[in-house]
Amino acid sequence: MKKLLILGAGTAGTMMLNKLSTALDAREWQITIVDEFETHYYQPGFLFIPFGIYSRRDVVKPKRDFFPPGSSVVMSGIDRIDAAENRVLLSNGMVLGYDFLIIATGAKIRPDQTEGLQDAEWRKSIFDFYTIEGACALADFFKRWEGGRLVVNVAEMPIKCPVAPLEFVFLADWYFTERGMRDKVDIHFVTPLPGAFTKPKASSILGDFLDRKNIRLTTEFAIGRVENASKSIVSWDEIEIPFDVLVTIPTNMGDEAIERSGLGDELHFVPTDKHTLRSEAHENIFVIGDATNLPSSKAGSVAHFQADILTENLLAAIEDRPLRASFDGHANCFIESGFGKGVLIDFNYDTEPLPGKFPLPGVGPFSLLEETKMNHYGKIMFRWMYWNFLLKGLELPIESNMSMAGKRW
Amino acid sequence: MTTAELQRDADGHLANRADWNEQVARDIAIEEGLEALTDRHWLVINFMRKEFDARGDAPSIRKLTKESGVDTKELYALFPKGPAKKAAKIAGLPKPKGCI
Ligand SMILES: Cc1cc2nc3c(=O)[nH]c(=O)nc-3n(C[C@H](O)[C@H](O)[C@H](O)COP(=O)(O)OP(=O)(O)OC[C@H]3O[C@@H](n4cnc5c(N)ncnc54)[C@H](O)[C@@H]3O)c2cc1C
Repeated sequence: MKKLLILGAGTAGTMMLNKLSTALDAREWQITIVDEFETHYYQPGFLFIPFGIYSRRDVVKPKRDFFPPGSSVVMSGIDRIDAAENRVLLSNGMVLGYDFLIIATGAKIRPDQTEGLQDAEWRKSIFDFYTIEGACALADFFKRWEGGRLVVNVAEMPIKCPVAPLEFVFLADWYFTERGMRDKVDIHFVTPLPGAFTKPKASSILGDFLDRKNIRLTTEFAIGRVENASKSIVSWDEIEIPFDVLVTIPTNMGDEAIERSGLGDELHFVPTDKHTLRSEAHENIFVIGDATNLPSSKAGSVAHFQADILTENLLAAIEDRPLRASFDGHANCFIESGFGKGVLIDFNYDTEPLPGKFPLPGVGPFSLLEETKMNHYGKIMFRWMYWNFLLKGLELPIESNMSMAGKRW
Repeated sequence: MTTAELQRDADGHLANRADWNEQVARDIAIEEGLEALTDRHWLVINFMRKEFDARGDAPSIRKLTKESGVDTKELYALFPKGPAKKAAKIAGLPKPKGCI
């Protein structure tokens, strides 16, 4: 029997397990997946928790519900990949050999990377919403908060779901308006980027949204430290921004196991060929989702598009054929803009988000780069699609590579 | 030809690396509002050029901090605002690909 090993049973790993269980002949291949936690979190739902729209139970399900029957699953931490010997050492002492390896260990927040972030004020007046614990703690805090300066700060790029911090301030504007206290809350979005978002056209449109919603924007702010006593964030060039509550998106990094294996870059992301999704260092290792160093967005939708490409290329590699499938960096993101509306953006490595209709040219039902109620329903529907289609590796009615049909440019 | 007349890319960085020399670096530094290039500036600039030759992309701030021997605080003092971007421009390299 040949062995295929998948590290990480999050969005990308689970999708690959489902796809490959059908694509590979079970008499020839044994597929094993490893993860340390039993619970699957629907991370896009974390955004809604601080505002009481979702609660914990809306975003959790057992991982095992999404594995095909008879899958070989190992619940353990991953200690280290020994690529020279084609094996993986687990924290429970097991050693798993492989013919092919898929790394899908994702990205996590690292508040420890910024001085003073995880100090006296952590989870008192400093919160994150990229973890279930952070999102729930912030929900409790907001329920009792009487207003003041709300600073939302992105520490460093890249982060997963790069639109989530913007959605957070849009939702905060809505939430405090509904509660009749918007005039008591000063919302301030502080980013290291030169604009509201990474892509110029979307950045200017989303920047206008901030203006209209009376949200302050500070750009090119690179956080150096947090002063807990005076409650302020300070940039490397000593600009100080005071807060009453700080919502931080800390530095995102790949897992420590990647670092221990000597397979990561300075952020522990795995150098990966941006088109074939094969690791740059090893022919029999492929990488998918947030764990890669690709210049595409770190998002579940992106991992979904990558999964089709990866399946094709892995089958080719197994049969020693050239890797023909090529990932184009396709990302498709619903952006919640508050008050029951949303914006949709669709882009890839080379083409920035453009206006138009999606996915059916001229018809929609979704509108690109425009604020509509339908786009908000798209975001809400995404959760249902995620649990019922995406994780199970089933097809969605969207092409893996980006299409220009229906777009205006 | 003066530095101002050299061909630039969409980001205002030199379009052709061959056009670069130390005088060009000094001219671009002035455009960027730096007064003079000290040894510490040159250490970063040369590190960036070496990294670019080896990898085809200019290094991130994190990588600079980790490997150039100049810490983040000093990088921001030397190249205010965006050290990685600014130093790449002065080094005659394209804007670091960075991330979305
Ligand atoms: C607040 C927020 C909002 C988001 N919104 C959206 C959105 O609207 N749309 C969208 O498409 N995406 C969104 N995302 C991004 C999306 O959730 C991720 O891109 C996606 O989950 C990435 O999948 P992955 O499999 O690469 O990583 P993950 O799903 O994080 O899975 C990684 C897995 O690896 C396991 N693992 C890691 N290291 C080890 C180890 N050493 N030992 C054992 N197991 C290990 C982990 O336990 C985990 O199960 C959002 C993310 C956040 C945080």
